[in-house]
Amino acid sequence: MTSLPKHPPAKRLGLAIDLDTCVGCHACATNCKEWNTGAISAPLTDVNAYQAEQRGVWFNRVYTYEVGGEGPQARTVHFPKNCLHCETPACVTVCPTGASYKRSEDGIVLVDHDKCIGCKLCSWACPYGNREYDEHVGVMKKCTLCVDKIYNQNLPEVDRVPACVAACPAKARHFGDFADPNSTVSKLTRERGGYDLAPETGYQPTSKYLPPRPGQRGAAAPAAPATPALAGAGRFLKWVDRVLTR
Amino acid sequence: MHPAYSVIFFTTASGAGYGLLVLAAIFAVSGLMPAAMWLGLVTTGLALGLIGGGLLSSTFHLGHPERAWRAFTQWRSSWLSREGVLAVVTFVPAGLFAIGWVFLGTTTGFFGWMGALAAVLAVATVISTSMIYASLTTIRQWNNGIVPVAYVVLGLMSGAVLLEAVTRLFGVHGSHVDVVAIALLVVGWVVKIAYWRSVDGGRSKTTLATATGLGRFGAVRLLEQPHTEENFLMQEMGYVVARKHARRLRAIAQLMLFVVPLAATIAAGFVVTELAVLLALVAVASLAVGLVTERWLFFAEAKHDSMVYYGR
Repeated sequence: MTSLPKHPPAKRLGLAIDLDTCVGCHACATNCKEWNTGAISAPLTDVNAYQAEQRGVWFNRVYTYEVGGEGPQARTVHFPKNCLHCETPACVTVCPTGASYKRSEDGIVLVDHDKCIGCKLCSWACPYGNREYDEHVGVMKKCTLCVDKIYNQNLPEVDRVPACVAACPAKARHFGDFADPNSTVSKLTRERGGYDLAPETGYQPTSKYLPPRPGQRGAAAPAAPATPALAGAGRFLKWVDRVLTR
Repeated sequence: MHPAYSVIFFTTASGAGYGLLVLAAIFAVSGLMPAAMWLGLVTTGLALGLIGGGLLSSTFHLGHPERAWRAFTQWRSSWLSREGVLAVVTFVPAGLFAIGWVFLGTTTGFFGWMGALAAVLAVATVISTSMIYASLTTIRQWNNGIVPVAYVVLGLMSGAVLLEAVTRLFGVHGSHVDVVAIALLVVGWVVKIAYWRSVDGGRSKTTLATATGLGRFGAVRLLEQPHTEENFLMQEMGYVVARKHARRLRAIAQLMLFVVPLAATIAAGFVVTELAVLLALVAVASLAVGLVTERWLFFAEAKHDSMVYYGR
């Protein structure tokens, strides 16, 4: 049923993504692809995988932005993006077949691949560009929040988190229930001023982004010039000098 | 947005078919078109053929056309589903109306009511088609109140130009057809100009600054996109027609869609029958080219908000 749940879901599962600590390594995207190409969304098809014009289904994509123009205020922000599992997702309501749905128990937005006719209208309705069409299978696919991993009783409890969260070496991705005010994601959102992407769309994303911290621009002292007496010294002496001055 | 040829053909052909069905039903039911067999067969056959062909072509862009029947289930929330349901329902009174006209030689009484019902449902179907696009808040050029008006008016206008040709071919042409056709061509032109002015004036509320939430730190610029090659989203939604071409194509669309059919329809009133038939057919040919150009532009000029993430 592509109508939204009548009552707000009891749980609101989502991610809090920390743009301050993300290093842009693409590990989340890679592990996402690895898990999901073998899970309920399998296969995540790649077209022309080993030649020019390669394209494929990725639920997670990492963008890199330059923010603040040029000069000392400029910063580079790595920006991973996957489905935000919105509270009012029009991608669900436009679906003509009932293949797209939002789960009433935890708010996860899913596609039933056996019902999808591949009309692509849901991808047109997503303002975040987070739905991906699999042209080989002929159906729309999307981030499942690793629904087949987070509830998997066969896995140790510590591993029941989305693949992207498990892979992040910088702990920039946090998974949890936004309906619970004491969850890590709720606390982080409160403390760090977590925000919605493109709030003007009115889709009310569940997942939040934690902004980059102000940083300490200009706080570090400029590197000290080499001591004139050391100008002619060899590498060993320069190393001794560095160790002693520390 | 990527202009898929199956969808362009579907919206233009079915729009013209529904327009023809509406006008033929009005004229036949009110006695302005005779209840003659061959006239009925060609008119309703052309209308239902365009509608059916268009609907069939719309399934060609689906990943799983064999599951298309599922699209009739979600009419409570989805305009695409509503359109599918209305399109199928319209065939029932339209078919009965055609049977009465072609085989029983009557377009009044029960069959008259069926014609009227078919006309109402046809307009509702075209509105549903337009709402598939107009309801998408993610595409500024489509999320516009003029879009449903343009779809209905251009559908009726195409039907009127087709009806000109049919009535002239069968020698049952009257000035009422001219009045309707010329009026619709003028209204259609005005609506389309109003639409272009409206979309040219606006700007999307979504920018890279709001979409990333990083605008608070200053200007945001794409440094690296996630992948080196174009992905599905960029191919489907990143399609942009150069401004220079858009302007030229708009001029071609206006010439072929409005100017030529208008001139041919007016001129046909002042010449001998054979030449008038030829002019009416010229109007149809020009209209077809104009409609495809106009609908191609409707897609190619539409920009999806998600493309800001890719710096477009």
